Amino acid sequence: MNLLFFYSLRNLLTRRLTTALTALGMALVVFVFAAIIMLAEGLQKTLVDTGSYSNVVVIRKSSGSEVQSGIDRLQASVVETQPEIGLGQNGSQLLAKEMVVLITLEKQDSASRSNVVIRGVSQASLSLRPQVRLIVGSLPRPGSSDIMVGKSIAKRFKGAGLGESLVFAQRSWRVVGIFDAGSTGYSSEIWGDVDQLMPAFRRPVYSSILFSLRNADDFQAVQTRIQNDPRLTLEAKRETVYYKEQSEAMATFLRILGLSLTIVFSIGAVVGAMITMYAAVATRTAEIGTLRALGFRQSVILIAFLMESLLLGAIGGCSGLFFASFLQLLTVSTTNFQTFSELAFSFTLTPGIAIKSLSFSLIMGFAGGVLPAYRASRMNIIAALREA
Amino acid sequence: MKEQRSNLPSKPPVIRITDLVKSYRRGSQSIPVLEHISLDIEEGEFLALMGPSGSGKSTLLNLIAGLDQVDSGSIRVDGAEITDFSEMALAAWRAGHVGFIFQFYNLIPVLTAFENVELPLMLTNLSKKARKAHVATALSMVNLQDRMDHYPRQLSGGQQQRVAIARAVVTDPTILVADEPTGDLDRYSAEDVLHLMDELCGKLGKTIVMVTHDPRAARKAHTLKYLEKGVLTDAPQIAVPERI
Amino acid sequence: MLLKLLFRNAFRHRLRTLLTIGGIAVAILAFGLLRTVISAWYAGVDASSASRLVTRNAISLIFPLPLSYKEKIRSVDGVRLVSYGNWFGGVYIDEKNFFANFAVEPGSYFSLYSEFLLSDDESAAFFRERKACVAGRKLARRFGWKIGDTIPLRGTIFPGNWNFVLRGIYQGKDKTIDENQFFFHWEYLNETLRKTMPRRADQVGFYMIGLKRPDQAAATAEAVDGLFRNSYAETLTETEKAFQMSFVSMSEAIITVILLVSYVIIVIIMAVVANTMAMSVRERMGEYAVFKTLGFGRGYLAALIIGESLTLTALGGLLGIGLTFPTARAFGRAVGQFFPVFRVSADTILLDVAAAAIVGVVAAVIPVWRIVQVRIAEGLGRIG
Repeated sequence: MNLLFFYSLRNLLTRRLTTALTALGMALVVFVFAAIIMLAEGLQKTLVDTGSYSNVVVIRKSSGSEVQSGIDRLQASVVETQPEIGLGQNGSQLLAKEMVVLITLEKQDSASRSNVVIRGVSQASLSLRPQVRLIVGSLPRPGSSDIMVGKSIAKRFKGAGLGESLVFAQRSWRVVGIFDAGSTGYSSEIWGDVDQLMPAFRRPVYSSILFSLRNADDFQAVQTRIQNDPRLTLEAKRETVYYKEQSEAMATFLRILGLSLTIVFSIGAVVGAMITMYAAVATRTAEIGTLRALGFRQSVILIAFLMESLLLGAIGGCSGLFFASFLQLLTVSTTNFQTFSELAFSFTLTPGIAIKSLSFSLIMGFAGGVLPAYRASRMNIIAALREA
Repeated sequence: MKEQRSNLPSKPPVIRITDLVKSYRRGSQSIPVLEHISLDIEEGEFLALMGPSGSGKSTLLNLIAGLDQVDSGSIRVDGAEITDFSEMALAAWRAGHVGFIFQFYNLIPVLTAFENVELPLMLTNLSKKARKAHVATALSMVNLQDRMDHYPRQLSGGQQQRVAIARAVVTDPTILVADEPTGDLDRYSAEDVLHLMDELCGKLGKTIVMVTHDPRAARKAHTLKYLEKGVLTDAPQIAVPERI
Repeated sequence: MLLKLLFRNAFRHRLRTLLTIGGIAVAILAFGLLRTVISAWYAGVDASSASRLVTRNAISLIFPLPLSYKEKIRSVDGVRLVSYGNWFGGVYIDEKNFFANFAVEPGSYFSLYSEFLLSDDESAAFFRERKACVAGRKLARRFGWKIGDTIPLRGTIFPGNWNFVLRGIYQGKDKTIDENQFFFHWEYLNETLRKTMPRRADQVGFYMIGLKRPDQAAATAEAVDGLFRNSYAETLTETEKAFQMSFVSMSEAIITVILLVSYVIIVIIMAVVANTMAMSVRERMGEYAVFKTLGFGRGYLAALIIGESLTLTALGGLLGIGLTFPTARAFGRAVGQFFPVFRVSADTILLDVAAAAIVGVVAAVIPVWRIVQVRIAEGLGRIG
């Protein structure tokens, strides 16, 4: 009923301050709700995008991540003999033996330090990772002290800009290029020649092996073979799965934190809505009596008041979502609990999140209005009319 | 069923109340309000109900209007035995058969005069065009067509009451029920409103049952009844002072 | 008289008042909890000793230092005692059962960490046995360990299945000490490495240095680092507090978010209380006008309104603070693995009180302003 809608809407507009305050409460809750989910979404997106479905990561069994893993040359050569490994354009294997270590670098804007991943890469590393693109400068020359840094590192840390040098492992390394890895985790890494970095850090073993499958379905066969080989103490995972697991702890933490906060906040907002709606009902007692006297049914009264609180929820929800969408301009950098290294990611708004947030605000509106609306509909007509 | 009245042709009374009993509950006590009331109201009659406060006049009005339930007895309005109706049936019945005029107008503040009058029509199946026509007619009857887009707060007391009257007649109800319609009005507005009610009765043949304290209003009515201690009489037991 | 009015007015609308108080209680509870989470993050920092230094590889924590450094460090001026160890990173059955486990040199380590209390018998048993281990009281309770149990750990950094026998359960000297840690003999780790991975033997993850005098911290740290500058494994020596802080600052972003969120809660509840006050005052406009005609000044009226607002927030705040303790306890049990020490500090309570007071005052601002403005006649007109 059109009139019903306008009746509810106009009643909201009449008491502007009250409506604004109640909607503000709900908007804030939706803002926090959306922000936390957007953060968890952004985190997982970063880490999932970081992998390719047809790539396989091999690390030492039970090591958890590349940083704690070690693969000696003998084991590495066994892995290289797997028939399912794809071949590149020039006929060479699409396989890269890499070394991953953490170093501490000083941040650009504060004196605090953070652990940063240094990845020793080989020839095939770049082709195995199509998300990574050089944007400034040149690739590190094999056999030199050249390194290239991810966009996020160049921006955030001292001495990591183009042309500058970083000193570690008793050598000076020149930054010759900056690469963009989109929203993936590589943007927070520094890459150099593995054959230079390994001796510099005195590590005779690789950390991981990355290769591409000729056929994405071959994964099961390779995994079984590698994990059952008695000479090897390795495990193989799809790259996407590997990275998803890396974010598990943080994403879960964020989600739990976010959920518990939202529940608490929403109680506050719902309380606010209830107060407003009860007051609305109390003020319009005579009106309700009149409507009932005129012949409007109890259900109509119920719907009218419920609609009012739903509208409050909708207004709050839209505003909250609107402001939350601006969060996408921010980037968050923190240390991933699991890998212990620096990770930069941003808030990601998806249609799914928008729908969830709006539904949530409508639920809050409903929760706040259902009891007062019920009371309004159950009023005794004569008692209500007497309040005139 | 058909009762003959001396001057009028044999038409059944529009409202026939038989042996009505109503009490109110206060905790465990039962306070009787109406004691075996019987009353016939003919079509086109303008009846004024008077009596001291607390005598039960409003209670009787509410029962006739289908706003409350009797303890025992019968109320027949235009042939329908409303004491048998359920809550939902009463609501539907009120929408089509009763027009209300309250002391404090009871207009919906967030609706315009037009929309307030349109309100009862929303419960019918009429098209938007038909509704508009009915509202226009009702508003012209009370002489407020030029104010139809105004909100109640923009109208004077007398004008608001006239809008309320328009709302009361827009569905062409069987009976009009008025509870102290002039109670909140100044002398001139009260005169206007009573004149209107008189016309509705005379020209349109509407049956009006009015509860009032106001002797001016009482004078405009055709029939006067007194309610005292739950009993209906034709003459007051206590003298009603003239109010200026 | 004022108090009487305050109380009665506040409870005029019982449902509305109860709802408001409920909302305030929930908000204060959430605020207190978040603050507690933040202080839990800093628990390690707070429990740090000023007379201990941590030495580690300057490149990053994942690189080891040679065992040979020990004697050199001991000879530095100002050093009272040197201990060493490795972060073991073992997994007990499932990754979800995370707790900190270290291989340490038992005698020196427990001498340095005098806040870990072990009975003499337990100490002796631990020191004696190669495969013995010691666990904190909270940790032992969490898994139901008893003295004599065999505790298996799956190595991640040092692969293999390692078994230890629990010979001691330590208690913290006071409530701020982490009772979730696990220690075993460094020698056991090292001799196993010598057999299986000789390349990795004779290396430590960190050195713990006990200072003769806390005010010598900076100088001693500098001296130790100076010893190993320009060598293959350069060191970074800092106070234990600075070391713990570096961990906290890694999660800086998240801590900031939590802090911001805790302020947002306060704003939300401010909106709710302001709403309640605005409504109450609007309804009673006529009454306030009558007060004015009787001769009560603006100050009195303002005090009435602010007082009512504060009454609401005080009641809600008390309820919230009261609920904080049991909730924190439950929460602490749930997030035990992330935050070994989770308690509500006196500071947090003070902040709660301050928050309630501020909300009470701010929420009353607009209504007070309106009351002060309204003219008597206008106000009386509203009685209607």
